Order: sequence, then structure tokens, then C-alpha cells
Amino acid sequence: MMDVGRHPRIKLLAYSEVEEISGYVGNFRARIRRKARYIREEDCTACGDCAKVCPVVKPDEYQQGFSSRKAVHIPFPQAVPSAYLIRKEDCLGLNPIACGKCAEACEKKCMDYDMSDRFLELEVGVIVVATGMEPFDPATVAEYGYRRYPNVISSMEFERLICAGGPTEGHFLRPGDGSRPKRIGFIQCVGSRSRKDGQLFCSNICCMNTVKDTLLLADHYPDTESTVFYTDIRAFGKGFEDLYQRSREVGVQYVRGLPGEIREDSKTGNLLVRAENGSTGRLEDHEFDLMVLSVGFTPQNGNGKIHKLLTLSHTSDGFLLESHPKLKPVDAPTKGVFFAGTCEAPKDIKDSVTQAGAASARAGILLSAGKVKIEAITSRLIAEKCTGCNVCVKACPYSAILPGDAKKKIPVSIVEACCSGCGTCAASCRFDAIEMRHFTDNQIYSQMDAILEENPREKIVTFACNWCSYAGGDFAGVSRLAYPASSRLIRTMCSGRVTEDFIYHAFRKGAAMVLVSGCHFADCHYINANRWTQRRVDHAWDRLEKLKIRPERLQLEWISAAEGQKFAKVMRELDEIRKTVTIEEVQDTIAALSKPGK
Amino acid sequence: MSTQRIGVFVCECGLNIAGTLDCEWLREQATKLENVVVSIRNKYTCSEPGQQEVQKAIKENDLNRAVVASCSPRLHEPTFRNCVAQVGMNPYLMEMANIREHCSWVHGQDKEAANRKALDLIRSAVAKARHLEPQRELEVPVTQAALVIGGGVAGIQAALDLADGGHYVTLVEKEPSIGGIMAQLDKTFPTMDCSI
Repeated sequence: MMDVGRHPRIKLLAYSEVEEISGYVGNFRARIRRKARYIREEDCTACGDCAKVCPVVKPDEYQQGFSSRKAVHIPFPQAVPSAYLIRKEDCLGLNPIACGKCAEACEKKCMDYDMSDRFLELEVGVIVVATGMEPFDPATVAEYGYRRYPNVISSMEFERLICAGGPTEGHFLRPGDGSRPKRIGFIQCVGSRSRKDGQLFCSNICCMNTVKDTLLLADHYPDTESTVFYTDIRAFGKGFEDLYQRSREVGVQYVRGLPGEIREDSKTGNLLVRAENGSTGRLEDHEFDLMVLSVGFTPQNGNGKIHKLLTLSHTSDGFLLESHPKLKPVDAPTKGVFFAGTCEAPKDIKDSVTQAGAASARAGILLSAGKVKIEAITSRLIAEKCTGCNVCVKACPYSAILPGDAKKKIPVSIVEACCSGCGTCAASCRFDAIEMRHFTDNQIYSQMDAILEENPREKIVTFACNWCSYAGGDFAGVSRLAYPASSRLIRTMCSGRVTEDFIYHAFRKGAAMVLVSGCHFADCHYINANRWTQRRVDHAWDRLEKLKIRPERLQLEWISAAEGQKFAKVMRELDEIRKTVTIEEVQDTIAALSKPGK
Repeated sequence: MSTQRIGVFVCECGLNIAGTLDCEWLREQATKLENVVVSIRNKYTCSEPGQQEVQKAIKENDLNRAVVASCSPRLHEPTFRNCVAQVGMNPYLMEMANIREHCSWVHGQDKEAANRKALDLIRSAVAKARHLEPQRELEVPVTQAALVIGGGVAGIQAALDLADGGHYVTLVEKEPSIGGIMAQLDKTFPTMDCSI
């Protein structure tokens, strides 16, 4: 932390927030709000004279409310920057000056009650998002009586109570009566792995955190009896199992099974729980002096704002979605933006540091290169055809299209530097107002025409995305997996490029079958462009059915680059269907699809 | 459309392609396609002599489009883009027909059907080539500064790494001090040491 404060190339803007970001890879502009501290940061020596005279007493957030702070305070002794600030919302005297005691006490005259929020414009080439996560609030799990019973604490509060720099100076005392607790119970997965409370996912760090807590207790107070109620102990990291075994060796009891509720003995303040021990199948009653709720983590609320500013997506659990789960784990889908730490998923310190190193290396590549190539295969707007309906704006996974206005006849506009070239915008446009470079409608129609020039009834026109299904076909080839020669592949960058009319065109030209193939949903190289593929094919199936065309002649398959076997199998199965397609059927299809007013 | 001058290069890939497909027949058929002015059979198009044959044909025949019928573009598209660019053709005016992975390697059991498919793939590539347009890869400068949003352990580490690497970094933290959740922890696993 200190290193950041004194690094000659780091400008630290604490108590500041990003208000706006515009631009694109290599050329971002950010507007930062520097919130007023009412104390000149650069002059403050952190002597603390101001806080001594401040009459306002508030709960200290850093100490989880176990001790107090003043309206003018420093967040914690080792804070960086090492400077006090006045909390405007707590202070008596900012406007008008009713108190002013701190200004009198400050020898260096650092107070500036007239300070207001300032704004700063920055130009940067790359952005690392490290917005973190938040502990789950266990008060929402009513059965555990957090806040109702003083001796039920969260694992974050445990940290402060055991810490030498904490409110009790490291003496582990229970909040209810200040006595030293001997029997301590831990409940795992509070707010994690639950459909009812908090989140469904595993928060990754809580098991090991509890293991650590039990060892700290055993170290400080060898007569402590710790009991841990758990779902599974996930000790998967390097050195973790060793730590877990040490915890068991010092006598910590591990009970598989979570208590349904915590009750309090009102006389003693002790806590009573009943839990089924999964190992013995018996119901057990326990009494504890203190209980610790091992809380899970949720995405940082502030992430929502950063999402919008940087057009980032998130997974269903609310954490930020990376560009590719395996191959680009620290790249954001927005080029030039990288993730570090728990904004992407809950992780421990080691993993956060590892990811931060990866993110800074990835960002450093762009900075060191000094220039960046913009994808040549991007979409191009034909403005005179655009009606401003904004369908493409919704289709674009990268938010690379700025909305137009249909009423005012303002066309959309495409930020080419943000475009990754999937082509789902071109497929969504009903007015041919977007051309996908290198994969134009013209090019693809002419490929179909060439393929279907002779004996179309013997052929399966196959659209394959470059990254997965085309590569799956390559893998079938490399593996020499024989399959019938009826397929004719047309490569697109993404299956999202496949316009519904491509399908009808193939059938109009007499094709026996059409196969649209792409990446599995989680694997789409264009975030989620293949969701549109599914919708378009669904729609095409409906239409074929209405026109009495056998829907099974249109197929949709998700084939990954590693699924050569699946590719060959699909081709064999489709060839069986192809053989059942009759001349009459093809003729009827051509007639049905050629009727005007389609 | 009449100004398109397309060259088709059919690769034998040793016996990888020629073992299944009749490359001479494919070459001959390709010459009959509209706008194709020359069609050449190469032993290995990707090899140095193969690439030289492509470049020579482009120059001699004043070609403005090239179709290479060989392996997967996922393997050799960069090779052939580079090859044509060396003799002044825009790299995006080269198109490939995948007659190896998608044909000769998987349809050996029915050579007649395999040949028909290979010809269709070449036809398709030539048809696309007729409509190809030159593309430009734009290069933009990168502003020599980084923004790190969030001053927890990850943001701190990222900022330090970038700065130690010689880059200028602005670290933005919404709270009055950096440190994040880490600063509130006592000891940390697995080393059981202090967090700050």
C-alpha cells in the first residue's frame, strides 16, 4: 500500500469516482470526480489533533462498528494517502460554520471548508477494472439472529475482534458482555450455495477463512473449543489441505450439516443450535458462547456503473464476464479493458494478485506496442438505407452501435474501433443497411449459388462459425473421421452472421438441407452473439412449418473446436435425413418460398 | 465484374489431397469458371516454391484475385495473405477452399463424391473471390497511460506492476484510503501472516 503512495509513476486519486468513460482501445477519456475531503491531502501530516477536538462521535466502519470515530478521521492508521478527511454528512459545521474546532486545532491550517468536488479529465490507453466484491449481509438470514443476538457475529467482524489493531486490541471478547468466549461455533455458506439466501455460487474463500480463524483461536487461546458446521470443506488450493488438517489436529470439530436456526439463552447470552450431523445421521444439540457466520460475497454494487460506462456484461451471478473463460480470462470483451481481482469472481488474495499481474501484463502489451491494429473485418453502415429502428443496437454484443432515432430519421452510427466483426448486426438489419466487411450478403449468396448450381438436392448447405464449428470440422479432418460428402461449408466469423434469408435462399435454390452451426453458448467468441442465431433459427423453423416445409430440413447444432467426433456424427445423421428429401418436396419448397409477399 | 482476374491454385499437399482427389481434373475444371484466367497445380502451395509459383502467376497474369484450394484457412490463411501481399495484392483479395480437412481427409471412401465436393468448394471460393473487396487494417496509437479502477489488493498490484514496467498509472479509489477488503483482514491464509 505504501509503495503505491510513493511511486513516481502512480497518481493516486483516493476518495474519487469514475463518472464517465468514452473512446475506444488505446484512446479512452475518463472523467473523475474527486470528492471533497475538506482537508488538503497534500498538507495533512495525520497528526490527529483535529480528531481529538471533534465533538461528533460515529461508529467506525473500519472496525465494523465495534468502536467509534469522529466526523473528522483517518480510515485506519496505515491509510494511504495518510491524510484525514471530514465526513460532510457527519460534521456539524461545514455550512454554515457552527463548530470549527478542528480548524482551530490544526497547526498547519489544512482545513478548507470551502472545498468542493473537483473534476479531472484523463486520457488513457488501457483500463484495468478492479472494483472488487462485497461481503454478504447476514442480517437477511433471519433464522441466524444476526443483529438480534449480540453474540452472533459475521466473519468480517471476527477479523476485527481478533486483530491486534482492532477495537479490543486483539483480546477476543464477545460483544454481548465483554467476556472471553470459550465455545465458538462457525456456520459456513451463509449467503453462498443457497437458493434461498444470497447466492447460488460458492464464494471460494470462506472455508479457508474459517480454517484460518480456528487456527488463530487455537494459537491465541489453546482452551478454545471450535466447532465448524459446513456443507463441504473446499480446501483445493496449494497448502490449503495442510492447513485444514492442522485445524483438525488442534481439535477443531467439523460437523457436516448446517443448523436450521440459532436460538439465544436470554440469561447467559449463549447460543443454542441443533444440527443433523451428516456423518452420524444423528441430531446434535450444541451450546456456544459465540457464533461466527462465515459470510459469502456478492458482486460490488458499484460494478453496475462501471458496466455501463465500459459496456461490460456480467454473468448470471453478477460478476463481470470475461472475453473467453479459458483463453482470455483477464480480458474484458471491450478491447483495451482488463479485469483484476474479485470483480470477475470471488477469489482469495493469491488469486487476486495473480490475476492483477496477468491484467497488468496484458495491458502492458498494448502500452509497450504503442499502437494497436483495429480489426479489418468490421461492419459498415449504409446510412441512406438506415431507418434508425435500432434493432442492430440491441443485437450488438459490444455496444459498438450508437442508437439512431426513427422519428427524427437519424441513422445509427457504428464505432468501428469497438466492433469485433461477428456480423450479427448485419444479420439483424431488415433494410440491408449494414454491410459486414469480407462476409457481405453478396459474397455469401454467390457462394450458395455456386454450391447449388448442380444437383442441389444432394447437398447440405452448412454455415459454420470460424472459431468453433468450422474448427470442429477441421478437427474431424485431422482425425480422419469419415463422413458422407454431402455437406458444403460456408464459413462466417460467427453463427450470428447467418441471416434468416440465407436459409430461405438455400432452400429456394433447391438445397436438400441447411445446417447452421456455431459455438456452444458459453463459448461464443463474440460474447453471446449466438443467442441471436438461436432466435433466428427458431423463427425460421416456425416459418418453414407454416409453409408446410419439413422443419427437420433445417438443423441447428453447437459444435466446439474440440468436437471433431460430434461434427462427423452430425454429418452422418444429417445425411440420413437428406436421403429422405424427395424431388417433389424440393419443388414444393421452391414454390412455397418463391411466392410473393413472403 | 468483367475486370476480375482470378487465379486458382490447387494444392496436392503431397498425397494428403492428391491421394483422394484428382487435382489435375480440379485444375482443369477451375479454368472453366467465370473470371478465372489461370489455374495451376502445386505440389505444396504453402512451401517456398509453391508460394513463388503463386506470386509468379499473379505478376505474369496481372491477377487481382487469388483462390488457394488447399487446407483450412485456420491454418494457412495468414501464410497466403502474406504471400499475395508481397507482390502487391491486398491480402483480403485471397480466398481459400478447404479441400483437405473438409474433403480429402474425410471422404476417402467415396472418391467420386469427394471430387464433386472439392469442385463445389472451389466454385464457392471463386464466387466469393469475385465479390471480394480490399480491406485495410487500421492502426491507432495507444495513449501512454493506464487507468486502474479500484484500490483493493488487485488494483494495487496491477497499478504497481504497470508502473514498475515504466507506464504511467492513475489509480482511482472511491474510499478515502486504498486497501479494500484486504485492509480489514487480520491474518491471511495460507501463510497466516498480516494482510497490510
